[in-house]
Amino acid sequence: MSSGAILVLGGRSDIGLAIAKVYAREGHAVQLAARNVFDLEAEKADIALRYGVEVGLHEFDALDVESHEAFVTSLPALPETVVCAVGALGVQEESEQDHAEARIIMRSNFEGPVNILAILANAFEERGSGVIIGISSVAGDRGRATNYIYGAGKAGFTAYLAGMRNRLATKGVHVLTVKPGFVATRMTDGMDLPEKLTTDADTLARAVFKAAKRRRNEVYIKSIWWLVMLIIRNIPEFIFKKLKI
Amino acid sequence: MKLAGWGRYPARDCVVTTPRTAEELAATLAKGPAVARGNGRAYGDSALNEENTISTRHLNRMIRFDETSGVLEAEAGVLLGDVIDAYLPRGWFPSVTPGTKFVTLGGMAAADVHGKNHHVDGGFGNFVDWIDVMGPDGVVVRASRDDNADLFDWTIGGMGLTGVILRLGLRLRRVETGWIEQRTIAAPNLDAAMEAFETHHNAPYSVAWIDCLSTGASLGRSLIMLGDHAPLAGLPNKFRQVPFGPPPAQKRKVPFNAPSFALNRFTVKAFNALYYHMGARKTGTDYVPWDTYFYPLDSILGWNKIYGRRGFVQFQCVLPDGHARAGLEALLMRISDAGQGSFLAVLKKLATDTHKFSFPMAGYTLALDFPVSEKVLSLMTELDSITLDHGGRFYLAKDARMTDTTLRASDPRAEAFAAMRVETGAAGAFASLQSARLKL
Ligand SMILES: Cc1cc2nc3c(=O)[nH]c(=O)nc-3n(C[C@H](O)[C@H](O)[C@H](O)COP(=O)(O)OP(=O)(O)OC[C@H]3O[C@@H](n4cnc5c(N)ncnc54)[C@H](O)[C@@H]3O)c2cc1C
Ligand SMILES: NC(=O)c1ccc[n+]([C@@H]2O[C@H](COP(=O)([O-])OP(=O)(O)OC[C@H]3O[C@@H](n4cnc5c(N)ncnc54)[C@H](OP(=O)(O)O)[C@@H]3O)[C@@H](O)[C@H]2O)c1
Repeated sequence: MSSGAILVLGGRSDIGLAIAKVYAREGHAVQLAARNVFDLEAEKADIALRYGVEVGLHEFDALDVESHEAFVTSLPALPETVVCAVGALGVQEESEQDHAEARIIMRSNFEGPVNILAILANAFEERGSGVIIGISSVAGDRGRATNYIYGAGKAGFTAYLAGMRNRLATKGVHVLTVKPGFVATRMTDGMDLPEKLTTDADTLARAVFKAAKRRRNEVYIKSIWWLVMLIIRNIPEFIFKKLKI
Repeated sequence: MKLAGWGRYPARDCVVTTPRTAEELAATLAKGPAVARGNGRAYGDSALNEENTISTRHLNRMIRFDETSGVLEAEAGVLLGDVIDAYLPRGWFPSVTPGTKFVTLGGMAAADVHGKNHHVDGGFGNFVDWIDVMGPDGVVVRASRDDNADLFDWTIGGMGLTGVILRLGLRLRRVETGWIEQRTIAAPNLDAAMEAFETHHNAPYSVAWIDCLSTGASLGRSLIMLGDHAPLAGLPNKFRQVPFGPPPAQKRKVPFNAPSFALNRFTVKAFNALYYHMGARKTGTDYVPWDTYFYPLDSILGWNKIYGRRGFVQFQCVLPDGHARAGLEALLMRISDAGQGSFLAVLKKLATDTHKFSFPMAGYTLALDFPVSEKVLSLMTELDSITLDHGGRFYLAKDARMTDTTLRASDPRAEAFAAMRVETGAAGAFASLQSARLKL
């Protein structure tokens, strides 16, 4: 028997899959939602074999906001937990020149995720229970030259999650904001990430599971990032604007 | 990215790619000579290639499991620990396991790893039904004892130099519990230790820890640990309630205070003495959980860092039955004379090899760790020649420093292996730092 399902939006992402596995290990059924979800059959079989839980595949495009209501209705059951791992990093320099590309980045990190979570939040509120986990980013804590288009989307996402948490706090629905620093995933493949500041998707997933269980509100993954971002947020703007970080 | 094997020696900057599909793997291979890397538990430079190292960490899906035959089909990057995690609660255990569960199935096949049951069951390869191998041209071929038998035979134990194993079919064994019935025998010297192995040649699992600093009449003083999977019926009541043992995460016991050990002859000596006497006191049978029995060091994550920046090297050879006694004595004498301290000293009886280039042969294998230093490296060269003098050979999964001359002197199969690589085109497509050093 599987207990309450976890819905993973961005079910192909390394982070999303890792979180799905941690929940599956604890006996939760898994709903993987992604674009071209048919090619996640191998993941489906893998999770079912390892953990003996039910796994469903559900076609989902975060940017096709008109389809979101129907997507939620089509799920076999309203999940107990939803995690949104949808996101797009892009290449900052290209997004500065190509505004259409920049729009996609911002919409993928903000508009799409909040639209689907808004629908699920209402359904969770009505039921009187549920956990919403948003994978945002430290990049949303302060705009920086190197990634502010991505960062702006994440900043919006972080603010939205905070507001939603505030709204639903008394309604039995918990909202967890996850702010990873560097995670070695497909998104960061080939980048030279500093070892001491980098984590892997499995470690992150275990931390997310624990944080959700303990009803934490906002977590940095790898505690050093909390300190790093505290410093970055507190550098006066007249100095910050001249820095290259 | 800076990469090394488990011994952290040598460390090199390597370009690493992590494919998620066969197509991505083929595209990476097309970029030039490459080597597969599993979980980096080989000690030396087997899984390093500065230009093109291919991590299988994301080719790690389980595909299918047959509840009647116990055959698990899985991608090569699946970790052994994950197999135990998923299947032990259902009554299945790996048929062969090395001394750590943090290895990939592909890495185990590529090294044809041996476990404590090698003397009765042979190596990991014996329980592999088939492998899917991506060859030099990016084409995937299924190989087994019946089809593409040569490829199968060379790839099991081929150290990633014949192709990249994508998937494999692996036979697990049925167990009633996760507990091991363990018997410890204290042997006052080498003769007693070898005699214990011979007397207990039917014990499903056996291994010995040697106090490699003891000298004279107690040279080779050791503890022999025999084990078998405990049947449910024989299990003491308190364990019968948890037939598959406490999950490993709940017991993070550090068996001893490791960090200050490594480099000091006296602490090593004290450790060995203590270990010996503790074991000697324990007579009869006790029940230990599977992970304590098979993976005593896994609970100390990252123990390889205790040797410091320079890292460490392992020496592991196998000596054929007829010469093992004399060879072991010569090795142990040289080691205790040198006083370079050895954290792990393991002795194990092996059966005949079953694959074309696998390490094991009928005889005894000895394995020891040393912190890297000039002195140690020259000691290892001496141990090489003692091994050669006694007809022994060396385990590539542990090697980081042997010369190609030593390899060829120890193992006539090396030449055939290298020739096969040229003939099949593997030589131009698969290469590691180790294969370059050993001219394989
Ligand atoms: C604490 C400890 C205890 C150990 N005990 C034992 C023991 O008891 N018995 C024993 O036999 N060994 C033992 N070993 C060695 C270990 O089992 C082997 O080195 C094993 O190969 C490591 O697997 P890996 O996944 O980490 O592979 P890696 O170290 O990453 O690679 C090892 C070799 O396998 C090749 N390889 C990896 N994946 C593939 C693939 N998919 N296709 C083709 N080639 C591939 C690599 O190219 C390389 O040559 C031990 C190691 C440690 C650290
Ligand atoms: N890796 C890091 O260092 C890091 C750091 C901080 C935060 N994060 C955040 O963590 C989350 C997961 O990222 P990851 O590291 O696991 O990288 P990833 O594998 O690239 O995951 C991003 C996922 O978003 C999905 N996605 C993008 N647009 C979509 C759309 N319109 N509809 C549906 N799915 C869409 C992608 O699906 P497709 O496969 O279909 O493209 C992909 O699976 C992201 O939100 C990311 O911003 C990552």
